[in-house]
Amino acid sequence: MAGLTGRLSTVVKAKVSKLLDRAEDPAETLDYSYQRQVEQLQNVKKGIADVVTAKKRLQMQESSLQQSVVKLDTQARQAVSQGKEDLARTALERKNVAQTELQSLDTQVSELEAQQEKLTDSEKQLRAKIEAFRTKKEVIKAQYSAAEAQVRISEAATGVGEQMADVGLAMQRAVDKTENMKARADAVSELEQAGTFDDLTALGSGEDDIDQQLKQLSSKSAVDDELAKMKGEIGQGGADAAQIPAGDAKQPSESGQA
Amino acid sequence: MIVRISGEAQYRLADGETARLNELENALVSAVEGGREEGFEECFGKLLDYVRERGTPVPDDELEGSDLILPPGDLTFAEAGREFTGEGLIPD
Repeated sequence: MAGLTGRLSTVVKAKVSKLLDRAEDPAETLDYSYQRQVEQLQNVKKGIADVVTAKKRLQMQESSLQQSVVKLDTQARQAVSQGKEDLARTALERKNVAQTELQSLDTQVSELEAQQEKLTDSEKQLRAKIEAFRTKKEVIKAQYSAAEAQVRISEAATGVGEQMADVGLAMQRAVDKTENMKARADAVSELEQAGTFDDLTALGSGEDDIDQQLKQLSSKSAVDDELAKMKGEIGQGGADAAQIPAGDAKQPSESGQA
Repeated sequence: MIVRISGEAQYRLADGETARLNELENALVSAVEGGREEGFEECFGKLLDYVRERGTPVPDDELEGSDLILPPGDLTFAEAGREFTGEGLIPD
């Protein structure tokens, strides 16, 4: 097996043997290995905590975007009922962007959930192997001559070392994925901080740069469709609907608010 | 022989399974080299399922090194490609 699988096996074996090269005295090797294992276990715990933190951050961002979607939807309806089509369109464009971001956040949260589960399983496996190693190391120290002990140590350390290398790989993958998501989350934060999803009435009339950019981001036909639908619904309400002052409009229980 | 699926578990397989594993891996390699993403997904899935189905999980407190280590199940097509060009999953 020289291809995909052979390479990974070779790299892991090289890592394990590096670990064993450290000490001449078998007892010292055993204690050193054990110490490294316990350190690694701490690192894994920290890695899991990082994933959980990243997940919580994304979930907070999700709930704030959800609020924005509801707010923008309400504003679009108010604008339609007041006959301000441009304002309604802007609100819907922003809502569209927020909804797209929400979907992407959803996927990312599930992905982090899966990473967290995997790392937790790996941590459990590593802990069991370290515990087995601890028991075995005392037996080796007590029962074997130096030469025999070296062989036994190498056998025992291989199993733990491989698990350690594997957890290391899993952590690296989790970190890479989390980093990508952080970058994306930062971009959404910037949009939020720029007031993209804020109260549109505070913006006054006229388009700013953000609006120009958002128009390109949001799907025009989806916005057109939703605007037409909204006009149809609100139009049925007749002239009364147009009298509702801004900020006081009843919030229709339509599906588009999810 | 003992086969590890990276990020998952170690499995003990009968020595007679090696030939079939080799076959499955060769198919996988040719899919990756041929740039066939669907073929890669199918072959990789088959290889992992074969190990999971035919193997017995090695208990967590057994300290054994693996004879073979398979990449993690969420390996992407792009990552598989990099394996061949030498970057690998684990930096050297």
